[in-house]
Amino acid sequence: MTDIPAGIDRSESAERRARVRAGLARRHRGEMTFRGLGLAAIVLALGFVAIFFWTILSKGLPSFMQPVVHVEAFFDPAVITNPAPPVQAVGQSDADFRAQSLKWQRDLAGLNWNKIVEAALRRAMPAGTEIDSKQILTVVETSERHRLREMFVADPSLLGKTVKVDLLASANVDSWLKGNIDRDLPDSQQQLSAPARALADALAANGTITMRFAWTIFANVDSRAAPAAAGLAGAFMGSLYMMLVVILLAVPIGVASAIYLEEYAPKSRLTDLIEVNINNLAAVPSIVFGLLGAAVFINTFHLPLSAPLVGGLVLTLMTLPTIIIATRGALQGVSPSLRQAALGLGASKTQMVFHHVLPVTFPSILTATIIGVAQALGETAPLLLIGMNAFVASVPATPLDQATALPVQVFLWQGNENRNFFEARTSAAIIVLLGLMIVLNAVAIFLRTRLERRA
Amino acid sequence: MLAGKVKMTQVSDTAPTTPLAQRPIRVSASDVTVHYGAKQALFGVSIDIPDRAVTSFIGPSGCGKSTFLRCINRMNDTIEGCRVGGSITLDGEDVYSPALDVVELRARVGMVFQKPNPFPKSIYENVAYGPKIHGLARSKADLDEIVVTSLRKAGLFEEVKDRLHEPGTGLSGGQQQRLCIARAIAVGPEVILMDEPCSALDPIATAVIEELIDELRANYTIIIVTHSMQQAARVSQKTAFFHLGKLIEEGRTEDIFTNPTKKQTQDYITGRIG
Amino acid sequence: MNSYVFAALLLALLAIAYQVGWARSRALAGTAPARSFHSRPQYHGTLVVLWTLIPALLILGLWTLFGDTVFRNYILGFLPADLVAAGGMPLEQAMQRVRAIASGFGVAGQLAPYEQAAGDGLRQFQLIVLLIVIAAAAGTAIIALLYARNRITARLRARNEVEIFVRFLLLACSAIAILTTLGIVASLVTEAFRFFTFVSPIDFFFGTVWNPVFSSSGGGAHGQYGLLPLLWGTLMVSAIAMLVALPLGLMSAIYLNQYASPRVRSVVKPVIEILAGIPTIVYGFFALVTMGPFLAGAGAMIGLDVSATSALTAGVVMGIMIIPFISSLSDDILNQVPTAMRDGSYGLGATQAETIRRVLLPAALPGIVGAFLLAVSRAIGETMIVVLAAGNSPVLRANPLEPISTVTVSIVNQLTGDTDFAGPQSLVAFALGLTLFVMTLILNVVALMIVRRFREQYE
Repeated sequence: MTDIPAGIDRSESAERRARVRAGLARRHRGEMTFRGLGLAAIVLALGFVAIFFWTILSKGLPSFMQPVVHVEAFFDPAVITNPAPPVQAVGQSDADFRAQSLKWQRDLAGLNWNKIVEAALRRAMPAGTEIDSKQILTVVETSERHRLREMFVADPSLLGKTVKVDLLASANVDSWLKGNIDRDLPDSQQQLSAPARALADALAANGTITMRFAWTIFANVDSRAAPAAAGLAGAFMGSLYMMLVVILLAVPIGVASAIYLEEYAPKSRLTDLIEVNINNLAAVPSIVFGLLGAAVFINTFHLPLSAPLVGGLVLTLMTLPTIIIATRGALQGVSPSLRQAALGLGASKTQMVFHHVLPVTFPSILTATIIGVAQALGETAPLLLIGMNAFVASVPATPLDQATALPVQVFLWQGNENRNFFEARTSAAIIVLLGLMIVLNAVAIFLRTRLERRA
Repeated sequence: MLAGKVKMTQVSDTAPTTPLAQRPIRVSASDVTVHYGAKQALFGVSIDIPDRAVTSFIGPSGCGKSTFLRCINRMNDTIEGCRVGGSITLDGEDVYSPALDVVELRARVGMVFQKPNPFPKSIYENVAYGPKIHGLARSKADLDEIVVTSLRKAGLFEEVKDRLHEPGTGLSGGQQQRLCIARAIAVGPEVILMDEPCSALDPIATAVIEELIDELRANYTIIIVTHSMQQAARVSQKTAFFHLGKLIEEGRTEDIFTNPTKKQTQDYITGRIG
Repeated sequence: MNSYVFAALLLALLAIAYQVGWARSRALAGTAPARSFHSRPQYHGTLVVLWTLIPALLILGLWTLFGDTVFRNYILGFLPADLVAAGGMPLEQAMQRVRAIASGFGVAGQLAPYEQAAGDGLRQFQLIVLLIVIAAAAGTAIIALLYARNRITARLRARNEVEIFVRFLLLACSAIAILTTLGIVASLVTEAFRFFTFVSPIDFFFGTVWNPVFSSSGGGAHGQYGLLPLLWGTLMVSAIAMLVALPLGLMSAIYLNQYASPRVRSVVKPVIEILAGIPTIVYGFFALVTMGPFLAGAGAMIGLDVSATSALTAGVVMGIMIIPFISSLSDDILNQVPTAMRDGSYGLGATQAETIRRVLLPAALPGIVGAFLLAVSRAIGETMIVVLAAGNSPVLRANPLEPISTVTVSIVNQLTGDTDFAGPQSLVAFALGLTLFVMTLILNVVALMIVRRFREQYE
């Protein structure tokens, strides 16, 4: 076994060095290429983020300003033929009186409020404008005549008076004035007639139409007939109820399960099974949770369709694994010395967990909770399967009322026929949704840094 | 016994018999300083490393001996915020000169680490890694030869010849460390740096590695960092003692251990500091 | 109103119970020899609270479940026999009217003679029942309280009993995760089996035509429910998504992990992770209004006919969505490869790229495969992007530039707003859901196993 060749002599060493040198340029080129590829991937990924936000912001921000028509509305007694509201007679039951009031309001709704709108517009438009009634009414959103009626219901003394009112311009005027629809399109492809377009321009020029912050987006509920009046209030409340359900259920249950699994569970098959099961649940597609909700909550327990409570339950089940996994991670991070110190002082296991370990992990649990809630806030697919995509034109008063949610509202709006208008309004809804999520995350970061500093 | 097997693979040529002082100098450091961020880890170290001999760096932990070792093949480059001052030359070439390619430098100065760190590849691939990246082999047969030779020189071939294509991580700790030595030899370095190569091994594996180091000095200039004074005494011809980032004393190993001139060195080798 | 009263009463009772347990144990402890008392007073207080709370809650729970039935039967006694026999909507309306009268709100229109009597009777009955329930709940609560109070002795292990209760509560909570899985499996399987009574599994799993006919008239025409076009669409979109996400995500992770300075890393990493927090519906909208037209335009420029809503559009946007998922998982995995491995390669003179390609990536490969599988599972289950941007055209076609449909899209189409689970048109959603669940489950289990093994390897 002594057949090993003699050691490296100088010439062999020189030859090796020459060979290493020969490859150097190529290898350094390879290095640069590889590094360049990495950089390119980063730049592309960052580019996507930039394009994404630019698209949403550039489309959505303009729709936070909305054209409003400032006119003087005359509550014309010639139009309002039954101005006297009913009065509750002595001994009349509440139900009876309510039926009577509703009938009065229905009768009022049957009146031609458009006449009042039209008259107000005609007073405001430049002299000599020629336009027929049908065309002139396309300038103002259809919801506005109802608004005049509601003003009157609230205050019947308006009869015969002239009041300054701000009427929302119609969605088509909005698109036209903002240039969201091509101004050079031929007449047949325009949504407004030529006289109406001219009128909108003229009113904008004489200051009757001005841009105003679009409170409607926040204050109003969804509307199909009056796109310019469509808002997020209903969807917002729906989302709020669901988030409350998620916070009230997912957080305590999630933290409790994490504590059990991490601190109490015996090392057994069953515990292993629960653990594997939770990891899997975290990766189950959200739409499957929707199917679960449809089959169990709706079809078996007969809970109401479209209710935020059911949506909240589905989202709770979906969020639970996230919170359990994060809480377990936090519990694992607590140093064993703290546990031993607590046990050494004679604390029971439960006392150790609740008095010593849990407080330390509080910041992480809080962060996990907020991230889980933010994730639930943006979820859409499972909600479609439990009927939360229904058109709901009221703000839900309880978690059992019909409602929709912010991301579902985005889904509903993007499919609206009035594309020119709704592309912008959907982007605005997205900005609101993303804004909420950013606020949630910012709160999470803020609380975490504060709590960690104190700890 | 493992030791017996290694004996059989005795290298044919023997260590040069010229006295240490007359050997050519391979590595020469003058006034080397190292900062990690604001903290200074090494203060003005100057030393010459002789050809084909084992030089050991000793000293208590945190004394800067490993830091200095890692300056020689510029491994400190990979650490964020590390600055090296002074000069180190390899065969008269400045290691830190911008003209020098660090890739080429490391091909000439091999390194063996504290913990055996074989790649998660087969034994063969572990040894072939260096020659492959540097393009040293012209053919598959060439590569095979380099792998076998390197494993032989590291005294590992007999133990693994039947399982060259099994993972290197499946070997015992001592075998893994010899695999790492074989991996370093395969590139054909002139200098081999060893950073406490036996600290993670049991006494028997340590003995095998020490014997191997003794054999390798016939062909390579070896620098070994160790916290074991006995090991330094056993394997090295020259010893340098570091303390608190300074090189306190250097000289022939016998002199350092029998006749130290500095008080700190005396204290250290008699166990009063460390 | 009633529920608030109950809640207030209950809270008051609990406060009293706690006080009683606390005070009793304090008093006893005062007379007992020092340190012979097993548990501290607050545990005795809590234990008494538990004893008081549980029977009261049981009674209130029973009442919530059956109270309404009691009232209903009471009202039925007043209603004309023919109305009761007829049942249906008129009966429910009559019931509602009686309740409205009883509540004092009244009803519009003429009162039938029986209505006034029923309303008045119901009002009294409701009051009596309410009092009975309150008395029963409060009575049992007080009896339980007294019993619990008398149990208190120096040797009563109140703390242990409370802790056993807490532990049981915790166990119940963690059982919910299991129940969820069981619920998913049970509902998917039972409804899918009902679907298979309409359509044979062979026609479903191997059918190549997807054409569910919504026929309100019922009858035999159910349409065709071939899974393959949907499955093909799902796979095509997922493949495109992975083609985008894997190189971009992996290379980003490598750059951030190995090349970027800590400062660049601390800025870029969170920015890329923003992509992970964006709701998928927003990605869908982005695909629809930006990516689709862009791809169609780009295709037109090079003479390709690209549909604005297509597998390509949905796939590319889904890929963007998955980038942060891949990159953060890969980043974690690269972090777990020991630095010793990297140093070993540098020490041999390898360049950084060589070290990454030949040492780090092979070492991290199992972990990256796991991350990849998890990402595929996510792509398969993704819904909103494909609903909006894939074009909803369930036809078997190989061209990714044309519209397709996926399993998830069809689930949404078949079940949205439809709660009538009678026909195959809606039941098919569960068969599709089952297919999706099984596919993702297998991917997840395999991926999690690989990742777990990988972690253990370097621990």
